[in-house]
Amino acid sequence: MTGQVAQRSLLKTIDWYLVGAYLLLVLIGWLNIYASEYDPENIRSIFSWEMRSGKQLVWIGTSFLLGMLILFFISPRNLETLSPLLYGVMLFLLVAVIFLGASTRGSHSWFVLGPVSFQPAELSKITTALLLANRMSRYDFRLTHWRDFLLTAAIILLPMLIIVAENETGSALVYLSFLFVLYREGLSGWWLLLLLMVIIVFIFTLVLSPYVALWVTMAVAAVCVCAERMNLRRLFRFYLPLGLLLAFYPLIYRTWLEESFWAFLCPSRVLLAAASVMIVGYWVKAWKEKNSFRMFVAFALVLGLIITRVVPWVFQNVLQDHQRIRIEVLLGMKEDPAGAGYNVRQSMIAIGSGGFWGKGWLQGTQSSYGFVPEQSTDFIFCTIGEQWGFSGCLLTIALYVFLIGRIMVLSEGSREAFTRIYGYSIAGIVLMHLIVNVGMTIGLMPVIGIPLPFLSYGGSSLWSFSIMIFIFVALIRSEKKYFL
Amino acid sequence: MKESVRHIRMMVALAVAALILLGRIFYIQLMDDSYKTDALNNSMAHIPVYPLRGIIYDRNGRILVGNKICYDLLCTPTALEPFDTLLLSRVLEIEPDIIKKKLAEYTSRKSRRKIGYRSVVMFPKLPEETYMRFEEISYRFPGFSGQARSLRQYPYNAGGNLLGYISEVDAAYIKAHPEYKSGDYAGKTGLESSCERLLRGEKGEKIFYRDSRGRIGASYRGGEADKPAVSGMDITTTIDARLQHYGQQLMKNKVGSLVAIEPSTGEILTLVSSPGIDVECLADIGSHYKEIAANPYKPMFNRAVQASYPPGSVFKLVNALIGLQEGVLKPSMLYPCHAGYHFGKSSRLGCHNHRSPINMDEAIMMSCNAYFCYVFKDLIDNPAYGNSEAAFSQWRAYVESFGFGKKLGSDFPSELGGFIPQASYYDRYYGKNAWKAHTILSLSIGQGELGCTPLHLANLCATLANRGYYYIPHLVKGSGQVPLDEKYRERHYTLIDTTHFAKLIPGMFRAVNAGLGSGATAGVAAVGGLEICGKTGTAQNPHGDDHSVFICFAPRDNPKIAVAAYIENGGFGAAWAAPVASLLVEQYLTGGISEERKPLEKRVLEGNLMNKVKTK
Repeated sequence: MTGQVAQRSLLKTIDWYLVGAYLLLVLIGWLNIYASEYDPENIRSIFSWEMRSGKQLVWIGTSFLLGMLILFFISPRNLETLSPLLYGVMLFLLVAVIFLGASTRGSHSWFVLGPVSFQPAELSKITTALLLANRMSRYDFRLTHWRDFLLTAAIILLPMLIIVAENETGSALVYLSFLFVLYREGLSGWWLLLLLMVIIVFIFTLVLSPYVALWVTMAVAAVCVCAERMNLRRLFRFYLPLGLLLAFYPLIYRTWLEESFWAFLCPSRVLLAAASVMIVGYWVKAWKEKNSFRMFVAFALVLGLIITRVVPWVFQNVLQDHQRIRIEVLLGMKEDPAGAGYNVRQSMIAIGSGGFWGKGWLQGTQSSYGFVPEQSTDFIFCTIGEQWGFSGCLLTIALYVFLIGRIMVLSEGSREAFTRIYGYSIAGIVLMHLIVNVGMTIGLMPVIGIPLPFLSYGGSSLWSFSIMIFIFVALIRSEKKYFL
Repeated sequence: MKESVRHIRMMVALAVAALILLGRIFYIQLMDDSYKTDALNNSMAHIPVYPLRGIIYDRNGRILVGNKICYDLLCTPTALEPFDTLLLSRVLEIEPDIIKKKLAEYTSRKSRRKIGYRSVVMFPKLPEETYMRFEEISYRFPGFSGQARSLRQYPYNAGGNLLGYISEVDAAYIKAHPEYKSGDYAGKTGLESSCERLLRGEKGEKIFYRDSRGRIGASYRGGEADKPAVSGMDITTTIDARLQHYGQQLMKNKVGSLVAIEPSTGEILTLVSSPGIDVECLADIGSHYKEIAANPYKPMFNRAVQASYPPGSVFKLVNALIGLQEGVLKPSMLYPCHAGYHFGKSSRLGCHNHRSPINMDEAIMMSCNAYFCYVFKDLIDNPAYGNSEAAFSQWRAYVESFGFGKKLGSDFPSELGGFIPQASYYDRYYGKNAWKAHTILSLSIGQGELGCTPLHLANLCATLANRGYYYIPHLVKGSGQVPLDEKYRERHYTLIDTTHFAKLIPGMFRAVNAGLGSGATAGVAAVGGLEICGKTGTAQNPHGDDHSVFICFAPRDNPKIAVAAYIENGGFGAAWAAPVASLLVEQYLTGGISEERKPLEKRVLEGNLMNKVKTK
């Protein structure tokens, strides 16, 4: 009886759409890893152990085994219960790798055990997602409660900070993708806008100037406050003239004041004073009126003020050269076609030369000849773009969208909060990887060395994404098993 | 239900993110073509295959300019291994210090970055023997390799100036000729320049895959996209290589020009400008350029087509022809000459001592100045024209019809036009209606404001030889691949009736062949049996000794060659120009110099006038 149920359930309870999309992506990855190393002068089989595609085949096989293991031998309930333990073990490994790990390109994030290397940062995303799902699915959890909010933030930020300490800024950045699930679980959209503001102020500070960045922040804050009260009179009578005065103040200062007694009234000081007055004013008023929106605006202003003051300093003194140059190149502040811009330039040439149908598998001239660095790992998308053209890119991205969308739909439909939160977490992670990785190859994002899920060469990455997906498939399956 | 709203928002966000990525991909793959060209440049190495430049033949099929193979020794710093510097130095015959210095330079940190995995030319243009010695033991020198290229080779030391040289194109040249790329060679002067289009051929290319370190890999598509080089077209010149060489020998240590034309075709047989450029220097112009440019005698300057000289007494023939045409002169007319032509109150245009009066034949034979002053006066002060200006304008039109005062249109680049004054020129100088024949009398004997090139004089001689017409002198003969330009097949008649030309020939014949005691000016040019007809000239020159001028053609009937010799500061026409020209004629017509003229030849070959020439 039970055996019959199990057999039926294998076919009926596994979400084959998800698994199908996963298998297709893994296949695409495998073919393109071969293509990216293919050398027309020295042709070796796709199965050859000397080729990365041969090794990847082993990773793919073991990933399938891991998937089976998760699907049939581990109860998802156990994962739920064990999640704090797993999270703790992973934190320990993350710290341990700093001292015990091998150093590759300035970062200490890999354990090397003979022929196998392993990056705990890859797996810690899963344990973080699991613990997050565990905590947030408790019946009394409210994200709007400060205690719960801080706990959530801590669960996410702890591994993130350790990874930053490992010098794997790129991997750490992926943890921002947990905002995705937090939004689903009730995080105010204003926080996302705040993040957007931080990014914009950051860019303005570097590309234009701290003065302009702060001015824009203040202007937006003023507009928001006036708009909330529908107080257009105040906006035009008070803020507009003041804003214009401050906008032209540097000019005024340079023309009349610079060499006079008033020289101490330099523009940055004046703007700082104006911003301080604004912040204090808003805060006092918000306190009196119990207006949380104003409070939020005041907080955003403080954040903007801090960014415009701190970023230039951090940029010059804290960031390493290569990180600084990457950002400068991305923001168009510098041209460096042979240096930091080289990767992106070559990658865009490879993709751009693909046309609609591509040059054909193994027919690439850019990817096969090693113009694009990290061809089979971080820049695997170049090979797809060059050899399969726009059609291949469309198919690949459509598969990702289907996979992520399917996870989101299944999560949304799940009766288990744990499944839903875990599902949205991994949807966010995969989406983040997709945007950052593909965005990097086409010059929309800075060069951040994170892999393209399922496609990039590498055991750690493929294993952890496979485990991530199969845990979700197992969660959905167990649910169907109970409620079918 | 707030949650499901957020679910939909997040699905939309997912779609938007995907669309942004796809939009950007769509743009770079399908809208912006620049990435495709970059990809080609990136991953393909287009190695140019240089064509063999066309060969330049002389009129008898001898090679004037050919090609020879030489080798560049390349060094690939990244492939270097320790080797025996001394052995390499011995093989290449290059000082070991130089080799060491070059290697140190290539392996310095700065250039290592610049060179990368590429090869650099270490020693260009090694001769074949040297390279072959290296090739045999090249296995002992990893990191060194050779690359064949062709150089210009000159079997005859003939015609350095007229052949011209080729050199690597510079930025300015590429700007003017966008079809050239850096590293290409192009003709810069002479025939190499004027026939560049024919000679250069078409560059081919081989396409190879190239990896990101610039290393060349396999042939692209098995070489099916490679383009073979097309050799340049061979051209046959009108030059007679041996005659050109002989002409250069004759002109050695003299400053001036020697031009020979075949009158019946306008083909230039010889075009010597002295001092000229040795062909040895042409092949490797780069290393000799400074030395040539610093030479005070300006060997680069092709006097035969670029120097403007007064024609001297040679020009009397033109005035005689115009006189005959205008009816103011008949061959039988006699004019007196008492040591010159007396005019005005006490002015005289001097002449040498000879019998008087004389007719036109004798005037030509003895080059009497006074005779042609009378002719010129009758021309300019001819009442039929009313005033001097009209008469002069007519005179000028006649002169111009011989090709004087303008570029003849030969295929030689940078030909100079010379100068004949306009009536307005004298108006400006003397005032309107304030001048007449006597004011500009020096024109009658080819002095004064006239300027012409030796090529103009040779062309005049050819016109006389043809009894009234000329073909534009040219250097390129029609041959298989290169047909002769139509303009060189066209007879150019002067404004003088052809019947008048024959009337001058006896005088020119007698100038050479009248024998001793006759007063003939060019007896020195007489060669038994060749019937040379000629006219001497002694062009006054404010900067030093007179220029020695001579034009002649031979034989008298159906002339085969017309020569103009112009020797700066050579004195009388008979002193240097006549011997040079006549020796050239004799060499051309008989293939050698007769015994009795050997002493003359010796005198000419050994004559050195260089110290008479003032250099600035």
